[in-house]
Amino acid sequence: MAVASRRARWRPITPDRIATYAALIVLSAIFFMPFLWLLSTSVKPAAQIMVIPPQWIPKPFQWDNYSSGLTFVPFLLYLKNTLIICSANVVGVLFSSSLVAYGLSIIPWRGRDVLFLIILSTMMLPYQVVMVPLFTVFTFLGWIDTFLPLIVPSFLGNAFFIFLLRQFFMSIPKDLTDAAKIDGCSEFQIYRRIVLPLSKPALATVALFTFMYAWNDYLGPLIYLFDQSKFTVSLGLAMFQSQYGSYYGMLMAVSTVVTVPIIILFFFTQRTFIQGITLTGIKQ
Amino acid sequence: MGISTRKSRLQRENTRNGLFFAAPAIIGIAGFTVYPVFALLYYSFCRYSGLKPPQWIGLGNYKLLVHDQIFIESIYNTVYYTAIAVPLGIVVALSLAILLNAKVKGMAVFRTIFYVPSIVPVVAGAVLWVWLLNPDYGLINLTIDWFGGLSQKLGLPGFSGPGWLSSVEWSKPALILMSTWGVGASVVIYLAGLQDVPQELYEAASLDGASGWRKTWHVTLPFMSPYIFFTAVMGIIGGFQYFTQAWVMTGGTGGPVNSTMMFSMYLFRNAFQLFKMGYACAMAWLLFLVILGATLLLFKTSARYVYYGGR
Repeated sequence: MAVASRRARWRPITPDRIATYAALIVLSAIFFMPFLWLLSTSVKPAAQIMVIPPQWIPKPFQWDNYSSGLTFVPFLLYLKNTLIICSANVVGVLFSSSLVAYGLSIIPWRGRDVLFLIILSTMMLPYQVVMVPLFTVFTFLGWIDTFLPLIVPSFLGNAFFIFLLRQFFMSIPKDLTDAAKIDGCSEFQIYRRIVLPLSKPALATVALFTFMYAWNDYLGPLIYLFDQSKFTVSLGLAMFQSQYGSYYGMLMAVSTVVTVPIIILFFFTQRTFIQGITLTGIKQ
Repeated sequence: MGISTRKSRLQRENTRNGLFFAAPAIIGIAGFTVYPVFALLYYSFCRYSGLKPPQWIGLGNYKLLVHDQIFIESIYNTVYYTAIAVPLGIVVALSLAILLNAKVKGMAVFRTIFYVPSIVPVVAGAVLWVWLLNPDYGLINLTIDWFGGLSQKLGLPGFSGPGWLSSVEWSKPALILMSTWGVGASVVIYLAGLQDVPQELYEAASLDGASGWRKTWHVTLPFMSPYIFFTAVMGIIGGFQYFTQAWVMTGGTGGPVNSTMMFSMYLFRNAFQLFKMGYACAMAWLLFLVILGATLLLFKTSARYVYYGGR
C-alpha cells in the first residue's frame, strides 16, 4: 500500500538517485552471479569447465550432467526420504505447537504462565549443546539409523513456533471463543473449528519455516542416519562432494536440483515468507 | 456456596484441559531438555564412549580441554569467524536495506535478488561456493585475476587471487565471504525497520543542512538499533554453532591444518567420530555458557546503545 502510493509520485532524476541505482545494479549483479555460475556449470561438458576465460554459455549444452548426476548416487531415493522427513515434521510441528499454544493462550489455568516461561527459556539451549545426551536417549530407544529421531521431536512442540502461535491466538477476540463455549463446544472443538481456521496465515508461516528447516538440516541426519539408502538430499550431496569433488558439472546439476524446489516455493509463498521473517525477526 | 463449587469445578476442568493441550510440550521438555541437560552435566565428568556405561573421572575432561591444542584453535577460529562475519554482515545488510529504501523502482526485484541466496539449501550453497572459490578456475579468482591484469596494463602493480580454502590464512576469510552472500534475511528485517523511521526527522535534518551521510548516522542508525541488536545477538549465537558449511566444504576435516576447525565441528568429531562423548559434553557445557553469557551481556548492555523510540 505504502509502496504503491510512493511509486505514484514523480521523482526528479538527481545525481544521488543515479548513484543509488548504479550501486543497486552492481550489487545485485554480484549477488546474482553465483546463480549464473551454478546454472552455467551444471550444463557444461567437462572439457569446458576448467578454461580461462570462463565460457558462460556452453557449447553444446550438456544436459547429461543432470541425468548422470542424479543416478550417480541415488538422488531420487534421497529426495523421497527428505520429503518423508519434511512432511512428517510439518504435520508434527503444526499439530503439536498449535495444540500447546492453544493451551497457553485460550484456556485460563494456573501454571500456564510458568510453563510458558519454561518453554521460552528452552530456546536459549541450542541443539548442539544437547546433541550428545539426545543421542544416548535415542540409542536407548533403539532409534538410531531410523527417521524417528528426526521426526518424533517435532510432535512434541517447537518452542519458537509455540511462542509465535501463542501470540497470534492471543489476538483472537475472547468473545468468539466464549460464545462457542456457551453454545456447548468443547475446548477441542473450539481449537479445531474456530482458532485454527482463524490462524491460517500464522500456521502457513510455521509450516513453511518447518519445511525449510527440515529440507536444509544436515547435522541431524549426519548424526542419526548411517545406511546410505536412508540418506537425505543434504547428506547425499555432501557425500557426493567429498567423494567426487572434481565432477563440477554433475555437482552443480545436483545442487541446482536441491535448490530449485526451495526457490519455486519461495516465489509461490513470497508474502508468507517476507511476513514470516519480519514476524519471527521483530516480534521476539 | 453453589457458585464457588461450580467455580472450582470449572477451574479444575480448565487445569485438566490446559495440561492436556500442553502435554506435548511438557513431555518434550522433560525428555528432550531437562533430562539431556542433567545427563550432559553428568557425562561431562565421566569417561564415556557411548558403548560402555559412563565412568566417573571428576574434572578429568575439563583438565584435558585446557591443554588440548585443537580445542583452543577451534575457539580461536570460531571467535575469528564470528567477530568478522557478524559485523560485516550487519554493515552489508544495512547498506543494502538503506539503498533499497530509497524508493527505487523495481525495489521488489532487487529485494528478491538479495534475499534468495539466504534460502539456498545450506549444503547446496556450500558445494557451489567450493567451486566459486576454486583457486584456479573459480569465478571469484577469475574475477580478481582479471582486475589484477587490468591494473598491470595500467602500469600499476598486478595481483592475483589467494588460495582460499586451500590456504591457512585465507580459509576463514573464504567462509566469511560466503556468509556475506547470505545476509538477505537481515536485509528484509532492516527494510521493515526502516519503515518505522519518522520521515519528519529526515526533513528536519535536511532543513538543518545535514548531509545524507549525517542523516544516516544520526537519524537512521538510532532508530535501527533494536533491529541491529537483534540480528547481532542472533548472529553471535549462530556463529558459535557454525557447522554445516565448514564441515561440508572441508569434508569434515577442518583443514587445511585445522584452520577451519570450528568449535561445533570439534565437538561433533569428539562425540561421533572419536567416541569421546564425555569430553564432548564438557565442550558442549562450555558452548552453552558462552551462548548464555553473550546473550545476557548483550541484553544487559543494550539499554546503553539501543534506542527503542522513546518507549
